[in-house]
Amino acid sequence: MLEVRELVVVLDGKTILDGVDLRVADGEVVGILGPSGSGKSTLLRAIAGLVEVASGDILWDGRSVVGVPTHRRRFGLMFQRYALFPHLDVAANIAFGLRMQGIEDVDRRVEAALEMVGLSGFGPRKIDGLSGGEQQRVALARTLAPEPRLLMLDEPLGALDRNLRKRLLTEIDEILAERAVTALVVTHDRDEAAALADRLALMRDGTIVQVGTLDELTGNPADDWVASFLA
Amino acid sequence: MDSRPRRLIRRIGWGWAAVAAVPAVFIGYFFLYPVARVLFLGLSEIGTGFDAVWSRLGRVGWFTLWQAVLSTVLTIVAAAPLTWAVSSYRFPGRRLATALVTVPFVLPTVVVGTAFLAMGWRDSVGAILAAHVFFNVAVVVRTVSTLWSRIDPALHEAARTLGASPWRVFTRVTLPLLRPSLAAAASIIFLFTFTSFGVVLILGGFRYATLEVEIYRQAVTLFDLPLAAVLAVLQMVGVSLALLAYSRYQERTAVTWTLDTEADLPRPRGWARVAVAAAVVGTIGALAVPLGSLVTRSIGTGAYSRLFHDDPVVGRPIDAAGNSLRYAAVAMVLAAVVGLLAATVITRRGSRLSRWFDVVLMLPLGTSAVTVGFGFIVALDWPLDIRASAWLIPIAHALVAVPFMVRTTVPTLRSIEPDIRDAAAVLGASPFRVWRTIDLPIVSRAAMVGAAFSFVISLGEFGATSFIARPGTGTIPTMIYRLLSRPGATNFGMAMALAVVLAALTAATVLWIDRARVGEIGRF
Repeated sequence: MLEVRELVVVLDGKTILDGVDLRVADGEVVGILGPSGSGKSTLLRAIAGLVEVASGDILWDGRSVVGVPTHRRRFGLMFQRYALFPHLDVAANIAFGLRMQGIEDVDRRVEAALEMVGLSGFGPRKIDGLSGGEQQRVALARTLAPEPRLLMLDEPLGALDRNLRKRLLTEIDEILAERAVTALVVTHDRDEAAALADRLALMRDGTIVQVGTLDELTGNPADDWVASFLA
Repeated sequence: MDSRPRRLIRRIGWGWAAVAAVPAVFIGYFFLYPVARVLFLGLSEIGTGFDAVWSRLGRVGWFTLWQAVLSTVLTIVAAAPLTWAVSSYRFPGRRLATALVTVPFVLPTVVVGTAFLAMGWRDSVGAILAAHVFFNVAVVVRTVSTLWSRIDPALHEAARTLGASPWRVFTRVTLPLLRPSLAAAASIIFLFTFTSFGVVLILGGFRYATLEVEIYRQAVTLFDLPLAAVLAVLQMVGVSLALLAYSRYQERTAVTWTLDTEADLPRPRGWARVAVAAAVVGTIGALAVPLGSLVTRSIGTGAYSRLFHDDPVVGRPIDAAGNSLRYAAVAMVLAAVVGLLAATVITRRGSRLSRWFDVVLMLPLGTSAVTVGFGFIVALDWPLDIRASAWLIPIAHALVAVPFMVRTTVPTLRSIEPDIRDAAAVLGASPFRVWRTIDLPIVSRAAMVGAAFSFVISLGEFGATSFIARPGTGTIPTMIYRLLSRPGATNFGMAMALAVVLAALTAATVLWIDRARVGEIGRF
């Protein structure tokens, strides 16, 4: 279980996260929804250990991970623009995390991951020849392959066109459900969040304004801003 | 079909031919023809066979190769800390640090050699290697950091979230991504050090000679032109192989990816602050030592005033400065005219001539200056014997400078929308008026920078000049070498003083280029 307590992050003198509290139960998918600049991505980066925490705590199963370096946290993060390694082919991209974490049976797992995202046989391909949707799938496969304790997706469909978004949305939803992954999904799109997540956390100006299912939030908004944002 | 368009095309064709003729004749007669004569002389000599010199030849060739490889490796190692610092962080003085490491790179080889002598380093491999590192650190810092600082930080972060420790992020992601720029820097340094002349001639003493130095000794000191020609052939083979290997490698590893903008580099914090400070201060400090000792040792011995006294053997040393400035002015004009005309031909759309020009005009870059100078004394007795003419000095300098002139002006000319030219033509401008009213104003700033570069190149050129200069027509570099070749502290003092003068002239011109801010210094 992930627990974020009173988290404050300051970057270049600006307070980006101003006391965030959040719990994600095992196997639960929480969608973080909010306008751009509200601190959604920074929250994921803080949990991953990519930005420094000014105060507050991040706990996994009750133990603080704030002092644990990124590469030992076993939290997977899928980046907004995918961040695929251009010098490696598709298979080597997916194998990267497996190799780094000393996981056995790399080839079989890579093949399984490719199959999961519907890209069987794409292993030897180069990254710069892939379409946007294919890159998105490879990034998802790479993030999932080492079986992270927590999966974080930062605007997983942000860079794609509408038709593709719809199709991939269902696919991602199936993958998350099938594997009972504990996950955080950042998005600025209400429907996307509702489709993927069990609960939604609404973020504004570095704090979480309200948490609940979409019905709870629309039925009982905490304030006018929540009501108008979800409208 | 009306015949008028065809006539028009033919007329423009003739016009282009006239434009192309100037650079073609210049490069043809002063470069291709002499180099061909050297090749012919060398190859026919190899045919006759001469066992006695093969062992010496092998030794020189072997030394040239391994010192170049070692110089390249050492330079990359020495440049690594500063490259890391300027690529990974933004900090006060970052730009200044990059500018300061470039100073040694623009200094004439003779100045660098003299500076190491001033520190008491001579007649040793160590001195040669150190001078080569001193010279080329900027190549690594500048070529690699432009790529490194633009690698998307998300790639590093992705590697970390996938479980890679900072060291493995560096070895598995950063380093492989930097490979193309490392290969580019390494091959440039290899070429520079493989063809190193001034530094080796001054610091190598009698024991150590590269092919360049040996060509000079055989041709100028021992008058064995055939053997010198064989060496020149060996040299050309070595350079061609290196260039070929590099282009093959580039093709094989070509990876495209979107580069980040440099703006969002983080500030160093914690231990990184200390490491960045150490890298910057350590590198700049080490580079300052040879120049510092050159300047301090040249002062206070009366060497500067002695430059103005007449010497029975070498004449008034300061006269060489007058010669140098005159040659540099002529070379600058020559390189500007030839280079601009060539660039105009190269940037003309879709002509076969333009592709040919692009390749042929870059050839002097891959050929050593010594080979050019040697070619002059071998070949320029036909159709007239002009080998004793002092004009050959600025001509040789212009040859070396033309590729730089072309490289600085071609990108600007290419950036001109063809529509603009077409519009001018439709409005009734002749091809020449289109060039004068459209191309020339746009390219003039780049052309001025290219011309200033040519001036700097001419001031410091030593390899070719050492073949062609006669007593009385010498340049600052050849005068410095003559002074160094003579015994005694007085001569050495004058050599150091003259080296400081040359360094100051070079620095002043380079500063001017930097102020003009067109194109970066040290783009290769």
